[in-house]
Amino acid sequence: MRNTSKRLLPGFGLTMGFSLLYLSLLVLIPLSAVFLKAATLSWDQFWQTVLNPRVLASFRLTFLTSLGAAAVNAVFGLLVAWVLVRYRFPGRRFLDGLIDIPFALPTAVAGIALTTLYADSGWIGALFAPLGIKLAYTPIGITIALVFIGLPFVVRTVQPVLQELDHSFEEASACLGASRTRTLWKVVLPELLPALLTGFALAFARGLGEYGSVVFISGNMPMKTEIAPLLIMTKLEQFDYAGATAIAAVLLVLSFLLLFVINGLQRRANRVQRQA
Amino acid sequence: MEVRVDQLSKAYGGFHAVEDVSFRIGSGKLAGLLGPSGSGKTTILRMLAGLEQPSSGDVYFDGRRMNDVRPQQRGIGFVFQNYALFRHMTVADNIAFGLAVQRKSRTDIRRKVEELLELTGLAGLGSRLPHQLSGGQRQRVAFARALAPEPGLLLLDEPFAAIDAKIRKELRAWLKETIGRLGITSLFVTHDQEEAVEVADEIVILHRGRLEQHGTPEAIYREPQSPFVAGFIGESTIVPDASSLRGFEEEAEHHQGLIRPEYVELFKTNRPPAVRSAAEEGVVRRQFFRGSFWEVEVEAAGAQLTVHRPLEQEPLEPGEPVHVLIHRVYLFRGGTGRMAENRRKTDPMPVYL
Amino acid sequence: MASIALGPAAESRETPAHLNEPAWVRVLLIGLAVLFLTLILLVPLAAVFAEAFKKGAAVYLQSLTSKDALAAIRLTLAVAAIAVPLNVLFGVSAAWAVTKFRFRGKQLFLTLTDLPFAVSPVIAGLVFILLFGSRGWLGPFLAEHDLKIVFALPGIVLSTLFVTFPFVARELIPLMEAQGKDEEEAAVSLGAGGWRVFFRVTLPGIKWGLLYGIILCNARAMGEFGAVSVVSGHIRGRTNTLPLHVEILYNEYQFAAAFAAASLLVLLALVTLAVKSFVEWRHRRHADALAARERQGALREEAAWR
Ligand SMILES: Nc1ncnc2c1ncn2[C@@H]1O[C@H](COP(=O)(O)OP(=O)(O)OP(=O)(O)O)[C@@H](O)[C@H]1O
Ligand SMILES: [Mg+2]
Repeated sequence: MRNTSKRLLPGFGLTMGFSLLYLSLLVLIPLSAVFLKAATLSWDQFWQTVLNPRVLASFRLTFLTSLGAAAVNAVFGLLVAWVLVRYRFPGRRFLDGLIDIPFALPTAVAGIALTTLYADSGWIGALFAPLGIKLAYTPIGITIALVFIGLPFVVRTVQPVLQELDHSFEEASACLGASRTRTLWKVVLPELLPALLTGFALAFARGLGEYGSVVFISGNMPMKTEIAPLLIMTKLEQFDYAGATAIAAVLLVLSFLLLFVINGLQRRANRVQRQA
Repeated sequence: MEVRVDQLSKAYGGFHAVEDVSFRIGSGKLAGLLGPSGSGKTTILRMLAGLEQPSSGDVYFDGRRMNDVRPQQRGIGFVFQNYALFRHMTVADNIAFGLAVQRKSRTDIRRKVEELLELTGLAGLGSRLPHQLSGGQRQRVAFARALAPEPGLLLLDEPFAAIDAKIRKELRAWLKETIGRLGITSLFVTHDQEEAVEVADEIVILHRGRLEQHGTPEAIYREPQSPFVAGFIGESTIVPDASSLRGFEEEAEHHQGLIRPEYVELFKTNRPPAVRSAAEEGVVRRQFFRGSFWEVEVEAAGAQLTVHRPLEQEPLEPGEPVHVLIHRVYLFRGGTGRMAENRRKTDPMPVYL
Repeated sequence: MASIALGPAAESRETPAHLNEPAWVRVLLIGLAVLFLTLILLVPLAAVFAEAFKKGAAVYLQSLTSKDALAAIRLTLAVAAIAVPLNVLFGVSAAWAVTKFRFRGKQLFLTLTDLPFAVSPVIAGLVFILLFGSRGWLGPFLAEHDLKIVFALPGIVLSTLFVTFPFVARELIPLMEAQGKDEEEAAVSLGAGGWRVFFRVTLPGIKWGLLYGIILCNARAMGEFGAVSVVSGHIRGRTNTLPLHVEILYNEYQFAAAFAAASLLVLLALVTLAVKSFVEWRHRRHADALAARERQGALREEAAWR
């Protein structure tokens, strides 16, 4: 099987060779530079950088805001996907098209637009300022930016699954006497759960590394609103390559772990759902 | 539970998927809904379950009009063609789903689930997930799940379609026996006439959304009311003008004729039938050995007839001329049919030349 | 017969009543979703234009035609003009290798291709600093030969390549997977050569998907901020791309000018989405046409059966 198709169509050597070369030169070798550089640090150096209070604070902030934003996106992304797939209303197509805005819009533009809106003097920030709630330049502002960035990940992973979800599951549940609420909770949600978790993990991973949309709205106060990617930037500007690399290595390991989890989730979902 | 359907219709846009269908299924009966693809079988089943609203007409369970009752309250069990097992739940949880909805106690649920696992031959598989089961096992889980809440009516959409031929036979017999034992009114959909005849107490035949005939398998076989039914159930040949057949000249004017294999007898030319003028002259075209009989295709009276010939009779050769005696023809005209006997066979004054 | 073909399945089916939530729940959920999307997606877009035109169209035009703005636009176009074709080349050849052949390690290859999605853009910039920066591994060598990569065009192009690298491949692989390789194999067995097969058989089937992949890759290349920010050095008029130009203006409190430049990027994003919608519409129409043909076939079969 494998050999016949190999022989029949030409170009395997050329395309695979080029792809691998390109991938190695552009991605693999440069990325391994981070780990090689990190390896030249002594344990002490590494831990001193990573456990420095300011660095720790940035990790905590990055982690928690990404987690919070991914959670918000899991809830609202599910809601949006549900509404777009199951209901018909004027403007649905338009909204569906808009979902991808965060993919296509440069992050810097998103950053300044959100900051202008959610600052105390902005259209939305001004609504909250009288209540004593500050949005921009706080962790809430960072979370808002990450919600913006992560939304399409959840919607676009849940949407196709929902689209393909056979009505017969819900019908079977109804025939067994289950109320609509029970059906949604016990039958539909578990069917969507793998996709929802994948979307959540994707949004979370994206949030950990996000820079452009966040730097403007975060205010960048050390210990308070300074995210880890910004700290990498700061260290680089001070020519502290070692420090920047140590932080980057931690972020990379976290991202790869997430990638691994996402792959596992997808494979599991495929296995369970392949049955007719 | 007794099921009655009254002038039921369903239109999708301008297209009538089901049109003016009425029938009644007695309590405890196992009925088959039979028809070719697209004839509206699934649509009727879904209207009975409340999954689809009729465009007009009514559905009654035990005399109570059900049109406005939601599927949840109809007290039916539905076995879907693709089974629709909940993929993230174990077999036991699938079966328990309808019981949990009824807020049964844990011990009751466990007992009932065990009982159903036993009944469906799935004992020991309760903790498996659906994707760890074979097709036949999944079908049984779907069946057990539908039965668990003790519905008054069981609806099955092509329950055997997704199962390979060998196991299908076993499963059919098992289903018929189990449903008979439980005494639950059941309606199953199939497009396989053999399956319908074998499993069902009574058959409802549909064609293009309309009811063609409703009756026991024997009645439908013996007295089909339309050429469509006749062609759908059992083997037969239809002759457009039955009055062209010897022995049916007067009676059969402007009638179509249906001829089944057992209506016809073949005679070798050296042993003609008693009344020779009652028989057609024919030629053997092909002959197949069918284990307990010969299946012979003969050409006679401008038609291709299939005849079963006992093994103890002298074998025939392809190309051999034969006398073809058609004992009976089932005659149609309009929507009615009746059986006619060959008149010449009993003619008191046969004319010999 | 005609009524059968045209009647059902013309519009995508709505959820049947028994599977639907009560009307007030539906309205509530739609309202919530619309409100959320408005606050998170729509209002920011509107804000960009509102801020850009706050001081009038004259200021808007003036800020777009300033010397620095024009230099930034030129640089952005140049970067995209180099990065996009290279990534298209990679995308097409990776998709060909992955979808037309079976080989061990395919899953690994796909995961590696996706890697840049999982890497922070700042890290994408960092890696090139580590390699080519003045204190990087190749730094001394480059200084000796008077080559500049970091804080110059090559660095910007490299980091842009890194970040936008999976887009074309990701768009093409599912498409070519779905198309299978029967047609190509048929063409080859008729004696067609590899290039001919690609341009005559494969390309016509994927051209719309490829177009969207290119447009998306282009949008990301022109809009990349984090990675470019690390390697550019922010030299005004020399290494500032459009997004960096936006940042500098914003940080200098020249809001109208910043949003004017940003509005160009918003337009780019909107065009990208419009192309995406168009491509999806084409695919849907194609699929509908296929389904309709299949239905016709089934009807003919049924007619023949009778
Ligand atoms: N939701 C729908 N919208 C439009 N047309 C429909 C719909 N459901 C069914 N139909 C049409 O109604 C007719 C009857 O469909 P139904 O599913 O009842 O057929 P069936 O007898 O079950 O066929 P099969 O043996 O193929 O399952 C078909 O022509 C089908 O195309
Ligand atoms: Mg059907």
